[in-house]
Amino acid sequence: MSVIEVSELRKSYGGRAVVDGVSFAVEEGEIFGVLGPNGAGKTTTVECVEGLRVPDAGRVRVTGLDPVADHARVARVLGAQLQESELQPKLTVREALELYSTFYDRPLDWRPLAERLGLTQKLTTRFGKLSGGQKQRLFIALALVGNPRIVVLDELTTGLDPRARRDTWELIEDVRANGVAVLLVTHFMEEAQRLCDRIAVIDKGRVAALDTPAGLIRRSAGGTVISFTPSAPLDAHELNTLPALASVEDRAGRLTLSGTDETVNAVITLLARRHVTAHQLRVVDATLDDAFLDLTKTDTVTDTKTDTITDTQEATA
Amino acid sequence: MNTAVLRTEVRLFRREPGALFWILLFPTLLLVILGSIPSFRHHDPDLGGLRTIDVYVPVAVLLGLIVGGLQSMPQTLTGYRERGILRRMSTTPVRPTALLVAQMTVYGGAALASGLLALAVGRVGFAVRLPEQPAGYLLALVLAVLAALALGAVVSALSRTTKMAGAIGSAVFFPAMFCAGVWAPVQTMPHLLARIVGYTPFGAAAEALNRAAAGHWPGWTHLGVLVIWTLLLTAAASRWFRWE
Ligand SMILES: Nc1ncnc2c1ncn2[C@@H]1O[C@H](COP(=O)(O)OP(=O)(O)O)[C@@H](O)[C@H]1O
Ligand SMILES: [Mg+2]
Repeated sequence: MSVIEVSELRKSYGGRAVVDGVSFAVEEGEIFGVLGPNGAGKTTTVECVEGLRVPDAGRVRVTGLDPVADHARVARVLGAQLQESELQPKLTVREALELYSTFYDRPLDWRPLAERLGLTQKLTTRFGKLSGGQKQRLFIALALVGNPRIVVLDELTTGLDPRARRDTWELIEDVRANGVAVLLVTHFMEEAQRLCDRIAVIDKGRVAALDTPAGLIRRSAGGTVISFTPSAPLDAHELNTLPALASVEDRAGRLTLSGTDETVNAVITLLARRHVTAHQLRVVDATLDDAFLDLTKTDTVTDTKTDTITDTQEATA
Repeated sequence: MNTAVLRTEVRLFRREPGALFWILLFPTLLLVILGSIPSFRHHDPDLGGLRTIDVYVPVAVLLGLIVGGLQSMPQTLTGYRERGILRRMSTTPVRPTALLVAQMTVYGGAALASGLLALAVGRVGFAVRLPEQPAGYLLALVLAVLAALALGAVVSALSRTTKMAGAIGSAVFFPAMFCAGVWAPVQTMPHLLARIVGYTPFGAAAEALNRAAAGHWPGWTHLGVLVIWTLLLTAAASRWFRWE
């Protein structure tokens, strides 16, 4: 059974649909990512899962329960880290951890949790005196201290330095290894790629794509990019008819082609057949970044890849 | 009532020197200053043979709950909402109501303690007699505390920001102090004014305390006025209060 089910979720503010028919399901022991540009409706979506916002339409179930109507029962099994919140300014880290532990029936021991999040030195510091990153780490601890079955983390590592970010990723992986389902909102591609089993890319309140990170990269045009400066010009027609080619671009003698592994092999064969040397040959995999930009590109920006193909074709004609 | 939340809020209250001073000490300090003026310790026929210091003890008793209920609590509560502290608590099995109840308990308790301190210092320092109708006095005091907390909750419900809570709180604060008799005790007010003031929460509270201090039952009219205000204000606060 899915621990989180969202179907056809809708929420409008001031007559504008901010979440417009979002559906996904999160399975037990899965890290499910929600990725999308600012204002896409990610926070609104996950806060409906947390029961903090009431959907206008659609269905949200957490372990089969309605997070608004059955809030108390959902809150016992769901730990949340909100994108924006604070604690009482004069509450110390230790007091916050102790207090939040008392809210749950079977809390975790907060000491090892504080240790892993690097808060041990800060236990007697008041919330108001913590740095942004320390506050963030405290909120991660508070989301986990209730020993939840599900954690919802909104912008998990925003404000953390690279070291703390990596430590946090390890912590979340360990949490998942214990069978906890993680719903993770992020805008860091590296984080999504490293942590998530599946990702829903949300754009303008809709799910633009839902797949594994590898699947998202594969499905976006131009999964592999090959670039080189040929020692002699290559025939444009031959270039344009390479198998699985997504785009080709000639910039001051340097060629950049994108496609698949098949394209790469065909390029190498072509170079050998024509006795052309490829200077500074680079083959790189497209990243989740590329896939993300491809999936969420705005309508106003023209697709440079298609443009360059047309240009090349016109040049050959 | 969540005791862990209450204990935390008590601890946080103890970290607020300003609130501690103005709620717990200031009313008694004012009493001591007034009591050190020799003429205020003479019996005054205009006050029915009482001394000025005698009539100022109930005023001091009310002062702490006015400061706590109208100035401190609304700002704290509004800050908790503004900073998303109530919202963060909404994601736990403990509802944010627990914070509201704890806040009211802390400020209600502090107001009562402040009142008892004023009574004790009045008795020990200036030989002001303790209330001769203690049960009636306590009842009137508890009702006054409830009315002050309800009024504070309304201030917080109407204020989107801590700044607004401060401004609205002050706007209510001075009339409340006037009605309680800080500038002129109700006994010295012209008859008509005293009647009008008697229908305000703190005017009614002052009258009820005075009667109980003199050994009479505080009077169902005054107690009734306090109860009605508390009910109306509580209804308004629960209607308008926003958790985020
Ligand atoms: N409470 C609200 N009132 C009005 N507009 C809101 C509210 N919450 C979110 N929005 C709007 O909805 C859109 C999506 O917001 P949000 O869900 O926070 O996006 P994301 O988390 O993806 O950046 C934004 O344009 C935001 O301004
Ligand atoms: Mg957001």
